Formats: sequence, structure tokens, C-alpha cells
Amino acid sequence: MLAHYGPQLVNLFAAVLLLLSFAMLSQRRMLSLINLFAAQGFVLFLTTSLVGALTGQHHLYWSALVTLVLKVIVLPWILHRLIRKLNVKWDVETLINIPTTMLVGIVLVVLAFNLALPISQLSGTVIRSTLGIALASVLLSFLMMITRSKAIPQVIGFLSMENGLFFAATGAVYGMPMVVELGVALDVLVGALILGVFLFQIRERFDSLDTRHLERLKER
Amino acid sequence: MLEMLVLLVSPLAGALVLALCGHRNRAAEVNVFFSAITFLAAAALTARIVADGPLRVLHEQFFVDSLNVFLVALTAFVGMTTALFSRPYMRIERDHGRVTPVGLRLYHSMFQMFSFTMLLVLTTNNLGIMWVAMEAATLTTVVLVALYRTTASLEAAWKYFILCGVGIAQALFGTILVYFAAERVLGPGVGSLLWTNLDAVKNSLEPTVMSIAFVFLLVGYGTKVGLVPLHNWLPDAHAEGPTPVSAVLSGLLLNVALYALIRCKVITDGSLHETVGVPFASSLMMGFGLLSVVVAAFYLSRQRDIKRMFAYSSIEHMGLIAFAFGMGGPVASFAGLLHMTMHSLTKSAIFFAVGHATQKTGTQLMENIRGLMKVNPTVGWGLMLGTVAILGMPPFGVFASEFLILTQAIALHPWAAPILLGALGIAFAAIFGKVQPMVFGETTAKRLPHSPALLPVFAHLGIVLLLGLYMPHYLAVWYRQAALLIG
Repeated sequence: MLAHYGPQLVNLFAAVLLLLSFAMLSQRRMLSLINLFAAQGFVLFLTTSLVGALTGQHHLYWSALVTLVLKVIVLPWILHRLIRKLNVKWDVETLINIPTTMLVGIVLVVLAFNLALPISQLSGTVIRSTLGIALASVLLSFLMMITRSKAIPQVIGFLSMENGLFFAATGAVYGMPMVVELGVALDVLVGALILGVFLFQIRERFDSLDTRHLERLKER
Repeated sequence: MLEMLVLLVSPLAGALVLALCGHRNRAAEVNVFFSAITFLAAAALTARIVADGPLRVLHEQFFVDSLNVFLVALTAFVGMTTALFSRPYMRIERDHGRVTPVGLRLYHSMFQMFSFTMLLVLTTNNLGIMWVAMEAATLTTVVLVALYRTTASLEAAWKYFILCGVGIAQALFGTILVYFAAERVLGPGVGSLLWTNLDAVKNSLEPTVMSIAFVFLLVGYGTKVGLVPLHNWLPDAHAEGPTPVSAVLSGLLLNVALYALIRCKVITDGSLHETVGVPFASSLMMGFGLLSVVVAAFYLSRQRDIKRMFAYSSIEHMGLIAFAFGMGGPVASFAGLLHMTMHSLTKSAIFFAVGHATQKTGTQLMENIRGLMKVNPTVGWGLMLGTVAILGMPPFGVFASEFLILTQAIALHPWAAPILLGALGIAFAAIFGKVQPMVFGETTAKRLPHSPALLPVFAHLGIVLLLGLYMPHYLAVWYRQAALLIG
């Protein structure tokens, strides 16, 4: 049963992940953005545990647990607290309007699939098509960081890029060795905390979280 | 084994101790103490490697050969001298009210933590851990760059975090792809990420995957090296952070990032089986290196802030080193390694002198710094000699390494030589023309209560001068061995 539907289920999750990336790209409300990020983390958790069950690689369960705790509970909680304390609900206009961003996003997805094609053809894993999707969601997060001018969506884009990378690790190689995954998770957590402190300082100095104020240092 | 342990535990312990008492009056001395212990351990480790050859400890998780041991020694040495320099420097900053006691605690603790992460990048055998440590190095330096909490420093730190964070995420994707290629040969598990294992089977790694992986790794680690066009964070972070941080960023972090890139390049080129022409990874490094040299040279003349100018000079030199490693071959790699050492020592010496100069004049704008020689001849001479050294004038060591790189370029890739020479000429005119009036002429500087720590400046420049005039035999052998590892 699991062996039969499992791979298809993983592909379904991959599609959901990509869909969530697009949803984040188009979402301007902070609260929904954080919820979408948490949902993405949850899909990642489901995929990792499913791949663990399919392949019998037990260290993937631990990896899934780390994902669940860090990306579904801790980071969204920190982000929720941040937006409540900083009192920001809406992002300002994106730098490029949303329909255009979506079109650029589609181009990126095509690009990612083309780039991943030679690699996924070599892949012996059950879920070889997921590498392209993972790369696509990394690029979409990248796009989100570029098009948003407020600081918090940029942070969320950064974190969601890490989700895409973890998905790539699960999809292509059944997860990285445990010690590496833990190290990466620690870096992400510390990075998010430092960014959180930064946001307060930026707000204090600039009276705003708009990163367009952060453009004074350049070549004159 | 013991040396390795002390090498890594000492800065970590220093970070913990200084996190608790880094605001005390004696914290600067404690900082120097831990850095000195680290340096002693590095020296002992170096002696061990020179005597016994490569070393693998802790189930092969750590690996030291002649390539990384020289960087370990260099990192520990510059770390120690920077701690010595930062003792009076940070005291003056505190007296001027630019850092709070909490800030000082953060500074000392993060300084040690930064040393730890860099030494971890250098000694680990695991490409995944290398990535983790590199990201951790970014995080610690982001905190250090933002230390003054001014609008400009916050902006610089934010830019640094976002650019390097995104950049280094690409390197993680590259690492995943390397693991993917290795897993097919070595099987799953930690063993497939160990550099020594990868190096042993590099001929049978899948070339397509490895070349795609290298592009991601180059973008990722190249951002940290400051290769154009990924360099935007670098001048800001150098100019807005405290000067000791600029010194370690330029002198150490860029080297360490380049080291990670070299390790990846060795495996990638090994997997490609190309017999004619320049291998893929090497040609990429050459291209980005050349671009960095040229672009940085043109930016140099437009700078008004002294730390920004020397930051661009770092980009230029990193480009030159990347170009040298890209050319490959024992002579070019030898020159690249030598230039890494020389640049690291000279540039940190310059930043020490610049730090004192900016404190005396209270500004980083070059047109307002005048006549350093009148107020404090040692600072003036330090800056002048450092500048002359970094511009590649004989008899300093930078001349020797640049000369070797240029002659190799003429021999192997004649088309690149005029471009390099032209860029070096432009850089010379830009930097010398700006430093000369700062050092000589009428003065604007005033005296400060603390005497400057100029021992590190002249110690660094002395070594650079000595290596320019005479290279001891064992050192030459050592560099040659390391160059052979790079190929």
C-alpha cells in the first residue's frame, strides 16, 4: 500500500510545496505569510517522514522531528511575536507588481526544471522529480526577497529558501548526514534570532522596517 | 591530537568566558590570552605536520595537511596580533562612548567565536560541517559589523547578512549536489562528505553533477571571497564595522572562504577528466578573478572613505589570488598561496595603522586626514610602508608573489597579462595618490590618551619584508607541497 502510493504521495507533497511558494510570492499580508511559511515547513516535515518510511532510513525521522520543531513551531512563533511587537500587518507595495512577479516565477520554475534535468536523470531515488521542484522553490524564495521592500518578508524569504534546500536534500539524497542537518538547523535558528534583534534596531534607528531606507551606502 | 583539541577548544572557551566578563577592564587582556593560546596550539600543530605529514583525527572528521596547516597558522597569528591591536583601540572607542559595556562584551565574545568558526572551516574534513562553520562565521561577523548601532553600520550589517546568507545558501545546494554525486560512488553516510574520501574517488564522480555543483559552490563561497559581481557587501561591512573587525575580515575571512573554494575546485576538476584546455572549475575561477581585479581597480580611485578604499583593494587581491589558482600548476598555485599569506599580513597591518589614524583624526574621510607623520611618525610610517607593500613594490613579499603570478600569466595565458598589469597600474596610481597626502604635509590629527599598539603593524610588515628578501628553505618546501595538493 505505502510502497505503491508512497512515491506518488511524495510527488504530491512536492507539488504542494511549489504551490505554497507561489502563494507566498503573491501574499502581502504578514500574518498569512507566516502561516504559509509554517505550512511549507509542515509539508517538508510530512515529506521527510514519508521518505523515511519508504526507504527505511531512520535518521530521516530525526530530521523530520527537527523540521517540525524548528520550522513549524519555533520559527513561526518567533515571527508571530515579532510582528505583534513591531506592529506590522501589511507589506507595502511590492517593488514589481504581483502578476508580473508570478510570470517571472513561472520562468524560474521552467529554468529550475531544465537545470535539474540532467541530475534527476541520474538519481536512483524514488522521488527524482522533486529536485527540480526544490530548486524552483529556492529560486522563488530568492525572487520574493528581491521584490519585497519590507524587512520581515525578506527574512521569511530567507527562511523559506532554507526549506527548499532541505527539500532538495531529502529528495535527491535521502537527507544529509545527521550532524550536518543539525548544524544547518542551528545556524538557521541563530540567524533568525539575530535577524529578529536586528529588526528592532532597524526600527529604532529608521522608524520603519522599509529596507528602502537602507540604501545610503553606495558608490557615489 | 592534543594540539587540535587545544586549537579548537581555546577560542570556544574564550568566547564563553568573555561572554560572561567581556565588559570588565581586563577583558582585552583575556582576549589576547586566549588568542595567544590558540596561536601556540597552531604553532605546535604546524611543527607536528611538518615533521609527520598529514594528520587525521576523530574518525577522520578532522584533517590537516600542508595546505590547511599554513592557513591555520596564519589565522591564529593574525588573530593574536589583532587581539593585541584591539586592546588600546577598543578602549579608546569605549572612552569616546561609541561602544557600551554590553557592546564590548559582545565584541570580545564574538571575536573569539569568529576565530573558532574559521579554524573549524580550515580543519574540518566534512564539506557539510565546512558549510555550517562558514555560515556561523557570517553570523558572528554580522554581529560585529553592527556593533556601533549607527544607521550606517546597521545598514551594512543587514546587507552583509542578506547577501552572504543568500549566497551561502547556494553553497549548501552545491554541497547537497556533491553529496549526491559522492553517494553514488561511496554509498550513503557521513563518509561521502569527507573531503579525503572524495579526493580519493574524484575520478569516478559524475562530471555533470559536479560541474553544476561547482557553479553553486562558486556563487556561494565566492560571495564570501568578495568576487565581483558578488562583492557588494564587502566595502560596506569593512567600512562600518570596528577596525579590528575590518582587519580580520580582510586578512582572514576572505582567505578562509577562498580555501573552501579551492578544496571544492580540486574535486571538481578531478572529476572532469579533461585533458585539453583549462578545466571547467579553473576557468570559472580565472574569469571571476580577472573581473574582480579589473572592476576593483577602477572603483579604487572613486573612494573617499579610507577603509572602503582598502576594502576594494582586498577585492582586487582576492581576484588576483583566484586567478592564480585558476591558472593552476605548481608555480601558479605556489604564487597564489604566497600571495594569500602576504596579502593577509599586509592588509591587516594596514588596517591597524588606519585604525589608529582614524581615531587620531576622528574621521574616515581621506580628504580630512592629513599629515600623520607630524603627529605620530610611527603611525604615518606604518601606513606608508603598508601601502607601499600592498601595492607590490620590491623588496616586500607582495612583489615576489605578484611577480610570480604575472610571469605565469604571461607564460600560460598571454592575453590576460596586459589586463592584469593595467589594473595593477591603475590601482597603484589610485591608492598611492591618496595615501601620500594623508601621511605627509600639514596635520589635522590630535593626540589621544592611549598609546597606539604598533607592534602588530611592524611585526606583520617585518615578516612581509623578510619573506620578500629571503624565503627559508623549509617554508619554500612547505608551500611547494601545498601547491602540489591544489594541482
